[in-house]
Amino acid sequence: MGQNHQKTILVADDDPDVLIILRHHLEKWGYEAITVDSRREAEKYLEVYSPHLAILDLMMEEDDSGFILSYRIKKKDPEIPVIISTAVSGERGIRFNLDDETGRKWIKADHYLEKGYRMEELKNVIQKLIG
Amino acid sequence: MEKLKILVVDDEPGIRSGISRILSSHTVSFPFMDEDYGFDCREASTGEEALEMVASDLPHIMLLDNKLPGMDGIEVLQVIQESKLDIMVAMITSYASLEIAAKATDDGARDFIPKPFTPAELKSSIDLIAKQLFLKRITRSMKEEGKKIRYQFLSVLSHELKSPLNALEGYLRMIQEKDLGDNLDDYREILGRCFQRVEGMRLLIMDLMDFTRIRLENREERIERVDVAERARMALSTIRPLSIQKNIDIGLTAEDLVFVNAAPNDVDIVFNNLLSNAVKYNREGGEVEVSVRKEGENVVIRVRDNGIGMNREEISVLFNEFVRIKNSRTKGITGSGLGLSIVNKITEIYRGKIQVESEPDRGSEFRIILPAG
Repeated sequence: MGQNHQKTILVADDDPDVLIILRHHLEKWGYEAITVDSRREAEKYLEVYSPHLAILDLMMEEDDSGFILSYRIKKKDPEIPVIISTAVSGERGIRFNLDDETGRKWIKADHYLEKGYRMEELKNVIQKLIG
Repeated sequence: MEKLKILVVDDEPGIRSGISRILSSHTVSFPFMDEDYGFDCREASTGEEALEMVASDLPHIMLLDNKLPGMDGIEVLQVIQESKLDIMVAMITSYASLEIAAKATDDGARDFIPKPFTPAELKSSIDLIAKQLFLKRITRSMKEEGKKIRYQFLSVLSHELKSPLNALEGYLRMIQEKDLGDNLDDYREILGRCFQRVEGMRLLIMDLMDFTRIRLENREERIERVDVAERARMALSTIRPLSIQKNIDIGLTAEDLVFVNAAPNDVDIVFNNLLSNAVKYNREGGEVEVSVRKEGENVVIRVRDNGIGMNREEISVLFNEFVRIKNSRTKGITGSGLGLSIVNKITEIYRGKIQVESEPDRGSEFRIILPAG
């Protein structure tokens, strides 16, 4: 894939290792990875640029940073697909469901991944969303 | 191995026997558990039959289909909740709509298993429920001893334990796949990260032991007249390797013959936490001053640093569990987020006071005031 056609993926997560691991895989799959470790940094980036896709951790500065960020991205450009990843739902016993209208109304994201997901799973989701 | 009793409620015999078959050979283990859990399944074809069986032998877990011939799943759930029956219920729903999920969650359901499900999905739901059940048991046994630890604490804890595991797994997979080639040297950086996460996890577990111990142990027996200056000197020698590494100068001014009545280990925990924070949240070439003196009826322990400091907002949440101040200045500093909540709790136990003064980029001063012994 040539440099000019590379698609950009914004990754926001406050765990430095998630950023390292995701950057490695995204680049391996031919994407350009922009990694930030806070909602604030992500918002700074979004003021100037539009990524082709965003992968957001749910809990960063606040418990719902990912939702807030996702909302802002969709407000800026509803066409940018958003994946929210988190480890919280397991403990709470609640799964988010994006397959129906009600779920989509509440959760402003295109896909939801529970942390501990496999890279192949992420790759499939990304390919489905942006090719 | 303990067997958890599961009642499978579904009107389709094939699903019931399928679930029983899958779970009969399945076991769950969890880091804090003494032994694995296995499963013993019984089956009911209607809600009414299920409630009858529950009345004679209470199951630990119920896998409940929502669509049943007589009363439906939600109604069964409501009876269970109204009768305050201690059963973890997972709803099996053919379509997992958020609406039913929300309703069932209000009525006490712990999980949802969307139908059709694969054996792996069923097992992962059961793992989750067994884990919740286990956490609930710990929480309850602590409550029974009058030592309540909130469920939320455990859920945050499990999050804190999972993050390093996810990171380690991610790196291990990169190594397994030889993502960086055949030369081991190219893996040095990620191996370093792995060790750092392992160390973080070790510290978390150690802090967790302190955190639990100070709440549970019988302190009376171990209280003695503790020489505070001596404990301070010991803590200083413990932290010295780290301070040398970070080029931070530590000084101690301690009056002799200053005593408190306390378990010696508690005093050590206070010093170790305050000193390690003063060194960690410092800057290259910084200074830490420790002083111990008697002021009237009290012993005052001061730990002052000229490190990165905190603003008002950061100070206000400082003593909460799992709080770690996150900003550009604290980047790369690791910790469990339990240290100061432990210090605070210990100070409270001895009817002492803790005071903090801090300014960003200027440093912090912690004062622990304990009744002199």
